[in-house]
Amino acid sequence: MGASFFGARVVRLEDAALLTGRGRFTDDIRIPGTLHAAFVRSPFAHARIGGIDAAAARAMPGVIGVWTLADLPEELRGKSLLLLLPNPAISQPLMPTVLAGDEARYVGEAVAVVVAETRPLAEDAAAAVIVDWDPLPAASDARDALKPGAPVAHSGTENNIAARFVNAYGDIDAAFVRAAHVVREDILHHRGGGHAMEGRAVLAHHDAEESRTMVWSATQAPHQVKRNLIGLLGWDENEIDVIAPDVGGGFGPKAMFYIEEAIIPLLARTLRRPVKWTEDRREHFLCASQERDQYWNVEAAFDAEGRLLGVRGTMIHDNGAYIPWGIVSPLISSTTVPGPYVLPAYRLETTVALTNKVQVTPVRGAGRPQAVFAMERLMDAGARALGLDAAEIRRRNLIPADLMPYDVGLIFRDGKPVTYDSGDYPRCQAEAEALAGYAGFEARREAARAEGRVIGIGIANYVEGTGLGPFEGATVRIGPSGKIMVASGAAPQGQGHRTTMAQLCAEKFGVGVADIEVVLADTTAIAHGVGTFASRIACNAMPSVHLASIDVRDKAVRVAAHMLEAAEEDIELEGGKAFVRGVPEMALTLGQIAHAVAGTPGYALPPGLDPGLESTHYFSPAAAAYCNGTHIAEVEVDVETGHVTILRYVTGHDAGRLINPLIVDGQVQGGVAHGVGNALFEALHFDAEANPLTTTFADYIIPGACDVPWAETVHIESPSPLNPLGVKGAGEGGTIPAAAAIVSAIEDALKEYGARFPYVPVTPSDIVGAIAAAEA
Amino acid sequence: MKPAPFQYHAPKTVADAVALLAAHAGDDGRILAGGQSLVPTMAFRLARPAHLIDINNVEGLDCIAEAGGRLCIGATVRHAAFHKPVTAGPLGALLSAVVRHIAHYPIRQRGTFCGSLAHADPASEWCCVAAALDAELVARSARGERVIQAAAFFDGAMTTTLAEDELLAEARLPLLPEGTKFGFQEFSRRAGDFAIAMALVAFRVEGGRIADARIGIGGAEPAARRIAKAEAALDGAAPGKDAFAAAADAAAAAMDPMEDVNTSAGYRRDLVRTLVRRALEDAAAA
Amino acid sequence: MTEKTDITLTVNGRDFAVTVEPRRTLADTIRDDCGQTGTHIGCEHGVCGACTVLLDGEPVRSCLMFAVQAEGREIRTVEGLAADGALSPLQQAFIDNHALQCGFCTPGFLMLATGVLERDPDIGEDELREVLSSNLCRCTGYQNIVKAVKSAAATMKAGR
Repeated sequence: MGASFFGARVVRLEDAALLTGRGRFTDDIRIPGTLHAAFVRSPFAHARIGGIDAAAARAMPGVIGVWTLADLPEELRGKSLLLLLPNPAISQPLMPTVLAGDEARYVGEAVAVVVAETRPLAEDAAAAVIVDWDPLPAASDARDALKPGAPVAHSGTENNIAARFVNAYGDIDAAFVRAAHVVREDILHHRGGGHAMEGRAVLAHHDAEESRTMVWSATQAPHQVKRNLIGLLGWDENEIDVIAPDVGGGFGPKAMFYIEEAIIPLLARTLRRPVKWTEDRREHFLCASQERDQYWNVEAAFDAEGRLLGVRGTMIHDNGAYIPWGIVSPLISSTTVPGPYVLPAYRLETTVALTNKVQVTPVRGAGRPQAVFAMERLMDAGARALGLDAAEIRRRNLIPADLMPYDVGLIFRDGKPVTYDSGDYPRCQAEAEALAGYAGFEARREAARAEGRVIGIGIANYVEGTGLGPFEGATVRIGPSGKIMVASGAAPQGQGHRTTMAQLCAEKFGVGVADIEVVLADTTAIAHGVGTFASRIACNAMPSVHLASIDVRDKAVRVAAHMLEAAEEDIELEGGKAFVRGVPEMALTLGQIAHAVAGTPGYALPPGLDPGLESTHYFSPAAAAYCNGTHIAEVEVDVETGHVTILRYVTGHDAGRLINPLIVDGQVQGGVAHGVGNALFEALHFDAEANPLTTTFADYIIPGACDVPWAETVHIESPSPLNPLGVKGAGEGGTIPAAAAIVSAIEDALKEYGARFPYVPVTPSDIVGAIAAAEA
Repeated sequence: MKPAPFQYHAPKTVADAVALLAAHAGDDGRILAGGQSLVPTMAFRLARPAHLIDINNVEGLDCIAEAGGRLCIGATVRHAAFHKPVTAGPLGALLSAVVRHIAHYPIRQRGTFCGSLAHADPASEWCCVAAALDAELVARSARGERVIQAAAFFDGAMTTTLAEDELLAEARLPLLPEGTKFGFQEFSRRAGDFAIAMALVAFRVEGGRIADARIGIGGAEPAARRIAKAEAALDGAAPGKDAFAAAADAAAAAMDPMEDVNTSAGYRRDLVRTLVRRALEDAAAA
Repeated sequence: MTEKTDITLTVNGRDFAVTVEPRRTLADTIRDDCGQTGTHIGCEHGVCGACTVLLDGEPVRSCLMFAVQAEGREIRTVEGLAADGALSPLQQAFIDNHALQCGFCTPGFLMLATGVLERDPDIGEDELREVLSSNLCRCTGYQNIVKAVKSAAATMKAGR
């Protein structure tokens, strides 16, 4: 048997092409004769559309046509986009039509599309489409939107409540009656957006000869795009192929199905010419999903020793104008609060508000950073109330390892109980503390103080449900060429799936990682797929690759044994060949074996075997696999300018067994960078009329090379019992507790001022203001 | 986000450039120098000039020369030209210290000194330099040439007193006397971002007393300017903590700061105090 | 003229005769007219740096220049970094240090760092970080990019 690649720091198969300009992102794909689309978008957050005059635009040079909702096929006009994840708690399942008809409900909502010979000409014409706008009062701040008499986000509705639900267990009232200490936090958590460096993009090409429409989309979920197209356009499933080629980052927003993904294929088929739309950065700020605001009013009850008795409160979630992903983000928030702690009683009432802003769907972390921030603020407040160290109060509440698996008492978004499958939370915190030199911090603080520097330390824990089902499949196939091919519905945007899948497959056949061809994100390559989001690929797709590889290997051995007239147990696979142990000249290439079972007229298959050297598995985990971790941030605060420097950043990280630590470390580091952005920089501002104020990278700041610390990581590998590899998801853990840890560290640095930051991002202006307020 | 169409002109001489500007100024003709501020606004179609007069090929505008006690900086001299000192005296060192705060390395390869002044962004480092050092700004037009003092040049955010047919052909900075000490401090949320506030200070010490104090503040108000009251707090005083604090307080008190969603006026005022003090400390320590 | 003009662009040593409107940016022209799609467009307002190319050896934002301004200049893009199929030390260092994830911003970082290292291979870490802060990456958190550029600088110096 060849090398084992599981757990090795294998460099990536993806890199060479991307480093030499041979990456193939959607906008890089050139098909001669391609037309270009530009959208006419609402300049108002809420406005009635009196009429649209596109006559001048249609007459402009290079313009092929302009379409409003009224110009689209009749069967499409009345159809709303599919609400992907319905839930009984949703009282107003409001979804848009592909173009706005009577009214626009956020700035950037598309009301018409122009197709022209070039993008600049399409933009020229889009600017010449005259829309008769009648501005309406807008719902902006989610709290105000829920007040009686507030302007409604959708004309004709009664109120702005999209959903209301309660997550609870235990006797919460008794917990607060018994409490020795009660602490309260009123929190505004702003999550910002995904802001992948590549915007969205769609290219569609209709092959009239084959009557098939090829769609390339910068999506995290091509199979889902295909299902939506079938549902919306009524096309036969054999008439559509969807491919996500190289995708330049996703972070959640590209997991949505967007109106452009419906319109561009429709126009390509209508016009019988390829049509492309590439989102520009301004459109991304206006139209791509965001996660934005949650308002938490929560309190925690502690006993005299600092043990949690209960947490209760309310939360308002701003979901924007539509709810394509239902209530997934707020539901995850609500079920994430207990985290790694023994929490005997819990009650959170959540209201999901409709506002005149672009829709909210999950962004890396998906509601968890907000919940962790709320819980960790409460833990810090508890520590202050009890005079305990921040790490100590957490230590007293962590779920002991011997209680695993641990049933929290809540139902997760997949309808299954929140049951932590494995993990050693006390060990994880202890190892992170050791790496961070937590115990020695007060000495460092004193030394810094002597130099006139102000430093602080912060700690935050989290538990994250990953590996959401229902499945992600993989086909492993060896054809007569002998090439080993893996196909999966996974649709990566930088996670290195190709490499990790090749690792799992190659080791079964005694070949190198580069010998495996991996085909991803292509609806023709595998029948069913879900997509790459929710840290789900490791737990779903990787076991499928593993199991399918074993099947194909076993079959290859059986066929080889039959052909070589040897016993199966004497067959070895190495270097792309099967041979009889000790008799290397008695060998067959994998290609010869594949050829033998590929079906040659007149030749019988070995008895009891299906044709083809191929196997498909759709692994379906029984439940979510729960990751956990501890983040510790050490910061310096310039009390005059409010500048925060992150001196050191340590993560204790448990994502089960690691297939490729090089890649996992990269995910953690990148996730922390996003969390730094959430803590210190990233804010999507809207005015009282819900006009977006941050629509460029100059206004919306994402962290740069000078702002992100090295995330020193200690991995604890608690295998998940829920899949044959023992893996858990690793894509979001870097982000989830980062804002909580950093803000905790800032508060710690400024503890002599009693500065509190129950919100993110914390700006230099906020810090100086808080110090001034304390000194006043 | 593609720019709206425009007519492109690439004159080779200043005379041709100003003639083209005279011909097209009324029709929203604009000068294109480095383009690092103009092109983004065109991409957003916030600016839709009908004519762009590209001066990058105009002979003679790319030169830096010393004349009459002044450093003369032509209209197409890029920020990157100042990475290394362009003159041996204090001014060369000052410009090198400031330039690394301007945007980012690739932007500095294209953006120009004079373009920055003509664009007059409140957060422009060069505007702060020009104001603090009393730059002379040479405007050329088909009508002739005039020299505008920096104090009369900046006229609020993104606004100057250049007429629409005038090209800022050259900026002249005083070659500061030997022994001039300087300090520059700016604060932005992230390296290379637009500054929230900045302070440029320069002074000499004669017989233990500060002389020729200059304090320029940028970023905090719509336009960069010298702060006379703060300078007065320095001139004649012994360099040190007390004088620096007095000047910093005076500068902060003189501010009428801008406000935005992330930054309160009070914060900007506090920042000015801190930056002036730190710039003075840097200058004294140099 | 708003009419199209004929210009010749020299990209990676190869001449491309193209016909462009004056408003066409260098970035669009390199991608669409010269077919060199390795240069990416991430923001079109000069902040993200994905479109960074070398213009006469210096890194510039190709979205902030018009193609008509680049005639007669030497343009280098990511497609020109590997010589005869051999990756440059910087490209190899990006693989070895896992300095890319989605790879969209990568060409911009490669051109930025190539321009800077060619000019100053002895650049210090703080200055290097400041230069690298010119471009945005949403995937990596930058640490591995900094490591890769430092490692490439060492390789390049050893090879001098």
